[in-house]
This record gives sequence, C-alpha cells and structure tokens, in this order.
Amino acid sequence: MSATTPQTTATVPVRSRSKSRAISGGHQDPTRKGGWGTRVALIVACVLWTLPTLGLLITSFRSKDDAVTSGWWSALANPFSTQWTFANFDAAIFDNNMGVAFVNSIVVAIPATVIPIMFAAFAAYAFTFMRFRGRDFLFVVVVSLLVVPIQVAFVPMLRLFGGDGLDIIGQFIAVWLLHTGFGMPLAIYILRNYMATLPRTIIESADIDGATHFQTFWRLIVPMSVPALAAFAIFQFLWVWNDLLIALLFLGTGNPVVTVQLQQLLGRLGEGWQLVAAGAFFTMTVPLFVFFTLQRFFVRGLTAGSVKG
Amino acid sequence: MSTVVDQDVRAGGDPPPGARAPVNRGKADLKKIVFGVVGLVVTVYLMVTAFQAIVIIDMPKLVQALVAVVAGVGGSMLLFFFLNMAVEGLPQRVEGRLKPYIFILPAISFIALFLIYPTVQTIVYSFANDDSTGWVGLQNYQDIFGDPDFRELIFNNVLWIIVVPAATVALGLMVAVLADKLSEGWEKTSKSIIFLPMAISFVGAATIWRFVYDQDTGDTQVGLLNAIITAVGLDPVSWLQFSDWNLNDILLMVILIWLQVGFAMVLLSAAIKSVPEETLEAARIDGASEVQTFFRVVVPQIRGTLVTVFITVLILVMKVFDVVYVMTNGEFGTNVIGLEFFKQIFQFSNAGLASAIVVLLMLAVIPVLIYQVRHFREEEANR
Repeated sequence: MSATTPQTTATVPVRSRSKSRAISGGHQDPTRKGGWGTRVALIVACVLWTLPTLGLLITSFRSKDDAVTSGWWSALANPFSTQWTFANFDAAIFDNNMGVAFVNSIVVAIPATVIPIMFAAFAAYAFTFMRFRGRDFLFVVVVSLLVVPIQVAFVPMLRLFGGDGLDIIGQFIAVWLLHTGFGMPLAIYILRNYMATLPRTIIESADIDGATHFQTFWRLIVPMSVPALAAFAIFQFLWVWNDLLIALLFLGTGNPVVTVQLQQLLGRLGEGWQLVAAGAFFTMTVPLFVFFTLQRFFVRGLTAGSVKG
Repeated sequence: MSTVVDQDVRAGGDPPPGARAPVNRGKADLKKIVFGVVGLVVTVYLMVTAFQAIVIIDMPKLVQALVAVVAGVGGSMLLFFFLNMAVEGLPQRVEGRLKPYIFILPAISFIALFLIYPTVQTIVYSFANDDSTGWVGLQNYQDIFGDPDFRELIFNNVLWIIVVPAATVALGLMVAVLADKLSEGWEKTSKSIIFLPMAISFVGAATIWRFVYDQDTGDTQVGLLNAIITAVGLDPVSWLQFSDWNLNDILLMVILIWLQVGFAMVLLSAAIKSVPEETLEAARIDGASEVQTFFRVVVPQIRGTLVTVFITVLILVMKVFDVVYVMTNGEFGTNVIGLEFFKQIFQFSNAGLASAIVVLLMLAVIPVLIYQVRHFREEEANR
C-alpha cells in the first residue's frame, strides 16, 4: 500500500504546474490571430497604466528647481540637459524619517506574517483530513468571516488594547496580534483549499503505516503544502506592508510604518513633488521586489486571498 | 499500557473519527498526560513572558521582531507538540474525539477573540453613547439617517459600488481578451504592466494620482491632467475640489480601478484559457462571428469567475478608506463610510456612532456573505 505514496506525490507538482501555466499565459489555441488593432489597443492601455507611476518615478530623481518649474515629461524629452539627483531619496530616507519607518514596517510585517502560519496549518489539516462534530459549521464561519470588514473589530480592540486594558497601543505587539487574528480566516481558507487537492491515498497509506496525525502533518502535509504556505505568506506580508488603517489606529505616529510616514510626508507637498515622490518610491521598493522576484506565488496569493475583509 | 486490541471500536461500524489502527490503547498513559500538560504550561508561560519582555524591556526594534518570530513560531510548535502529547496519553476513544479540536483550538481562539467577540461587542456599542457608559437606544442610527451629510456619504458609497466593480470587471475582461489574441511575449509583457499596480499600497497609489491631478498656481502645470488641459487652451482645474456631477468622486474611483484591473485580468484570463477549444470551433463552424462567439460561448462559461471578481472588488469598495483619506480627507463631497468610521473613532472619539456605522456596513455585506457561503457549499459538493 505504501508503494502508492511516491506515485501520488508525483501528481502534485504536475497539478500546480498546469495551474501556474494557466495564470502566466500559453493558450492551448495555437492560432493567435490578433491584428494591428489589437496591438494598438493594448499598447494604449499599457501606456495609460504606466504613465502615472512613471511620472512619479522620474520626478523622484529631479532637482527641486526642475520639478517645480516644469513637468516630468520635459525631463524625458531632454534627458541630458536635466540634472538627475539622488538627493531626494537622501532627504526622504534620512531627514524625513522614511528609513526609520522602513525598519518599523519590517518589524511589523515579518512576525505578523510568520506567526499565523503554524496555527492556521494545524487547523487547516483538521478541517481537511479529520472528521469531527461541528466541522462543517465552523468552516462555514471561517468562510463567512472572509468577507466581514475588519472594521467590526476596531472599537472593542481599541478598548482592550487601550490604557484601561492591556495598554499596548503604540507597541508592535498590538499590530502583530491584530494581523494574526485578522489573517487567520484567510490562512485557514487558502491552506485548507490546497490540502483538499492533495491525494487522500497518501493520508490513508500513512495511517496504515502507523503514523499518527501529528507525524502525517509534519512529514507529509507541511512539505507538500509549501506552495500554499508561500502564497499565503506573500499575500499577508504585502497586506501588512501596505496597510494604513491598522497602523494608524494601533501604532500611530510614534512608531510610524512606511504608509503612515508617507501620509505624513504628503503634508510637505509645498516644498515640491520631488521629495514626496522619492518617499513614495522608497515605500514601494519591497512590494515591487516581491512582485518581480516571486511573481508566480504573488499572483497565486493575491488571487486566492483577495476576498480578505 | 493496554495490549488489548480494541476490536469492537475499530469494527463498530462508526469508528471514532481520527482513530488510528496500530496504536492499541484502552487506558490512559499517565506519563504522557503529565509531561504534556507540564510542557504546555511551561510553553505558554515562556511565550507570554517573551512577549511581555518585548513590551517592558527597552530592546532594539529588530531584536523585538526576532524575539517575536522565535517566540511565536517556536512557541506555537512546542504548544502543538505538548498538546498532542497530552491528548495521546488519553484512552484511544477519547483521543480520537478530542484531537481535531486540539488542532483547531489555537486558530479558532484567535478568530473568536479578534473577530467574533468584537463583532458582537460592536453591535452592543452601537446602542450606547460615545464612551459606552450609557444606553441611547437607536439614537446613533437616527443620527446617521437624519443627518444630510451622512446621506451624502451613503450616496457616494452607492456610487462607488455601482461604478467601480463593473468598470474593473469590464476593463479586466477587455485586457484579458486582447492579450489572449497576441503572441506569448506580448501577452506576458502587457499583463505584467497592467498587473503591476497591485503591488502598490493605496497610500502609494493615492500619492501617484495626486500628482496626476495636481494643480499649480503658477503658469506651468506639473500635474499631467492640467498640463493636457492647458495645452489645448483651457484653464487649469482644481480636480479634487470639482464636485459637479460627482467628478471628483469619479476621479478617486479611477485610482481604485487602476489598482484592481490587473487582478480582474489575471483571474479572467485564466478562466478564458480554460474554455474548451471545441466549443469555440463549433460556434465558428456554425457561422458565428467573433463577437457572437465571445458573448454567447465564452462569457457564459466564465460566469463563475466574473461573479467572483465582481464580488471581490465590491467588498473592497464598500469599505474603501485609504484613497479618500489621503486624497481629500472626505472634503468637497467625497466622504465615504469607511472614512467616516475612521473619523468618528480617531477624531471625535464617538464609539457609539462609529459602531453604528460598522453595523450598517455589516448589514450591507450580509447578501454577499450569503452568496459566498452558498457558492462555497456548491464548490464543496462538486469536489
């Protein structure tokens, strides 16, 4: 019986590969017959989608005088007569606290991403492979909570974490706990849906070989669920990194994260766009890095998790 | 430890869920239970101490993060290890029944504490005054529906709900279809470009677009939109304050559409690719035009994905906050529910009114929630 295990494990990577192909392109139809009209329409869409970001990116490298007196497109028209500079990044990161905010964001995002995973994985395993009373009801609760706006939690949590309660508002632990709680339904949902696609014969043969649930979980299910774990981790990391609302309410400006600091920096628009532009780009470096290096997991995490309330 | 094979348990028609064949125990293993429980207590104590230390001791931030990761991950592993050990010491019949609950307990506790308890508490607060010290009955709800400002922001939210999800799905579908017709290189490049804004935070996106909508007092306009307007000889416009025909609302919606079209495109593109080629061929042989084939053959087959994308964007839009907060702070008739909620807690410290706003938001979400649960049930039935 246990001889079936290697065969069935082999089907898993095949499945995930075909899934990723469907996401990243490659139609089964070999006749791609788009004419020039299609191409022009697509180019127009791409240009429209890029222009706003491009404008900010170019501005972040221009001197203040240039940025105030002429549009960013004029720098693009005469790239050699423009004075390109890194001074804006220097000013944003060191003089305007963006560097500290960057460290704060990392301190917030890494524990908030890692801590939920273990709890969710065990729960997902039980929901997938164990039968117990109330299982279906509890999972429907988890699915429902995916669409419930997290705002429902704020007033009671501000009380619980506030001065009359645990007094941890402004501390990192407040946001770690909140992100762990708010991310939990999504984590269970993603992991459980993935685990449900794993072949059941694996569990059965492990059972027959005398493995306990605890052993099956660690030795078989966790290693096989790595794509789903990665997808959740990336989604959660970016969600936490890009979050403004929880950071504003529970960390505030004492320990500003990048989103909070960028919002503060917007108050200094009077000094020209170049400083804000540099600050904005600095906050985007991490998400963009994730986007370009881990695009496949990134896409899977976003598509699986975008329903998060 | 008992050596009696629990034949009756195994063969009893309905074996206890999670029971395992080769472990044959009828009695409790006291040593395992004691070790498990002691280990559990020590683990929880250490975890609490570690997190307390983060709060109390003044340590560098990155050390705090490191302690949190080690205590959080290592602690949760040990927690499950000892929980599992304690349960395995119990008689097999009890173990099988208890174990699933042990596995879900920590996760469900987080959900109960951070989502379910506050939801109930928020409903209670919505009938109380601003610091929740006295009951006010339905006063908060009356305030909301009696105040013309509130009516305006609810109207704005409805506008967002009507425009953004539909526009996002339509544009996403368009890009997906166009990209599908071109070579793989074209497809990949264009999809990456359209998808890229998904990586950007709402605050970042708002910054990018504030630059587009920027208005300068001088002769030269550095904001893109006003530069175009002045180039064709018109006067520059203060776009974000231009509330006629809700134009400034629409301009804010453009930002969210810009962010979300990539998401719609990725899901719809995958759905379009999974439409069987034979159905398209059959339609073409029957003489259907490309447009007819698309609307009568492709669209019905990707309906499920269209609805999923629509609902996802809908939920996002219902609680939109960041974009409006950063762009206009709700001025010039652009206020929305998500922002008003934030203002009620953050600026006015009115817990009662803030709670009532969230309860309304929850009520608005209920139809979507019912659909979500039904959809999930259908999917489970087809598994």
